[in-house]
Amino acid sequence: MIEAVGLTKRYGPKTAVQDLSFSVRPGIVTGFLGPNGAGKSTTMRMLLGLDTPSSGHAVVNGRRYAEHAAPLREVGAMLEARAIHTGRSAYNHLLALAATHAIPRARVEEVIDLVGLREVARRRAGGFSLGMGQRLGIASALLGDPATVILDEPVNGLDPEGILWIRNLLKSLASEGRTVLVSSHLMSEMALTAEHLIVIGRGKLIADTSVADFTRSASQGGVLVRTPDSVRLGELLGALPEVTVRSDDSDVQLLTVEGAPSERIGRLAAEHGLVLFELTPQQASLEEAFMELTKDSVEYEAVVTPSELVKEPAA
Amino acid sequence: MSTSIAPSPAAVPTVISTKAGTGKVTLAHVVNAEWIKFRTLRSTYYTLLAVVVADIGIGIASCYGAVDRIQHPRHEGPGRFLQDFSPAEWSLQGYNLAQLALGVLGVLIVTGEYSTGMIRASLSAVPRRLPMLWAKAAVFGVVAAVLSCVCVLTSFFVGQSILSTVHVQTTISAPGVSRVVFGTALYLTVVGLLSVALGTMIRNAAGGIATLLGVLFIVPLLVEGLPTTWHDHIAPYLPSAAGSAVMTLKQDPTLLSPGTGLLVLAVYLVVAYLGAAVVLKRRDA
Repeated sequence: MIEAVGLTKRYGPKTAVQDLSFSVRPGIVTGFLGPNGAGKSTTMRMLLGLDTPSSGHAVVNGRRYAEHAAPLREVGAMLEARAIHTGRSAYNHLLALAATHAIPRARVEEVIDLVGLREVARRRAGGFSLGMGQRLGIASALLGDPATVILDEPVNGLDPEGILWIRNLLKSLASEGRTVLVSSHLMSEMALTAEHLIVIGRGKLIADTSVADFTRSASQGGVLVRTPDSVRLGELLGALPEVTVRSDDSDVQLLTVEGAPSERIGRLAAEHGLVLFELTPQQASLEEAFMELTKDSVEYEAVVTPSELVKEPAA
Repeated sequence: MSTSIAPSPAAVPTVISTKAGTGKVTLAHVVNAEWIKFRTLRSTYYTLLAVVVADIGIGIASCYGAVDRIQHPRHEGPGRFLQDFSPAEWSLQGYNLAQLALGVLGVLIVTGEYSTGMIRASLSAVPRRLPMLWAKAAVFGVVAAVLSCVCVLTSFFVGQSILSTVHVQTTISAPGVSRVVFGTALYLTVVGLLSVALGTMIRNAAGGIATLLGVLFIVPLLVEGLPTTWHDHIAPYLPSAAGSAVMTLKQDPTLLSPGTGLLVLAVYLVVAYLGAAVVLKRRDA
């Protein structure tokens, strides 16, 4: 369980996180979503007491992180992939972290196997690929068998197999009743992994919603119907309450129907013996919905269009 | 690469463990963690080797140099050279360079964590932060003290046996000599401990090492340029001069007494660690 209350972080005149309040429940994967620079990492660092909030506070499992007697057993975190001394081997890195809580060597061996780093565990971490670094970060996070897991962009740099592995890992952590908070700037990834979403932009809370609700609000595209009997079907559908039908000027066979699910349209056509060539529910992609939601809060937006760049390469 | 090491993604990992134990963060655990960190970096051994080579190597070389000057006097007579000759201090001169190597290591054990990002893992494990500073100081202090004693005693005994070929050697039991020998080891340890605190305050290897060089070598030169009345009040209290007071056999009017020198070094340590504690506790990691 994570609770943030009015978290605010200012760096000089710049406000990175502003009055952010949310709670993260156990037993599900919660996605922490926002464009680059939205304040996700800063928020996570405040949860762990690495950064002190300018105002507000954060509580994990009922206490501030630093007040726990055995913090690694409460919260396991991977903030940046490289919170590792490049000259030390993965094994010794984990051994040193484990020693602070007298976590036995057997657990170090266990997490190394869990993340699949056995073969490279004795090598210097400086030579690790991005994906291996991520796995080591996750191993560090799981070392204390924590009730709460916080991972910052864990799929970064992983190959498709690794991404699938992370998804399964996150789901199994949540199914064990743990609190799982995962940040990402990729909506599509979160749609596959998370049940709940906390969306921030420019340090402010934009949405705190279930993935299902977010998806529902995003899919307002209606149903695309292609039929040689478009006029007749259009009349039948148009007669139904709360259903609107739009025809397409360039394609007489095409109808866009809003207010009726595709099942109902199909049945109606069958009852009247009408032929359908195509019946497609339209969903605005989650990525589009996310971009729509955060478009006013993107920190670094390209203001020069590619054509302008071609004309004035000096700009 | 990562493909070949990946576990089967189809297998859902079981994470609940019975092997994680129930230990809490205690100073003893953190000291153990810092000891693991210290001994698992190759750079630690290279730098410690540099300390040994600098201290013993220079000590031995300068003793052979002294023997040569006594046997083959050039412009000066052998009497001139021997007038101010103190065999104990002469054999321990390596400390000058050794303090630099030890200081660099002291700075690096802290700043290396900041430059690599390791500090975020360290402070996540020990979020109260100060136990990490005390543990680093304890581990490094013990290593520095043991190594300094080994180096200084080796330099002394090997050096005296070289000097004995021209019969100018001294013994550890001669008045004040053991104070000079162990005072040198103590001074080296203090410089090492001060650099751990410096590294904690400055967080950056280049800045930390530059400050260390400044304090040990540049500031004394600048103070030399001050008006005499100021100079006489400041110079003896500089860390290097306070160290010299502990490491000098004959009473020197420009230096503090050995006891006062020791006290001044202790004050530097306390002030440096107070500063380091405040910075570590207050600043975002």
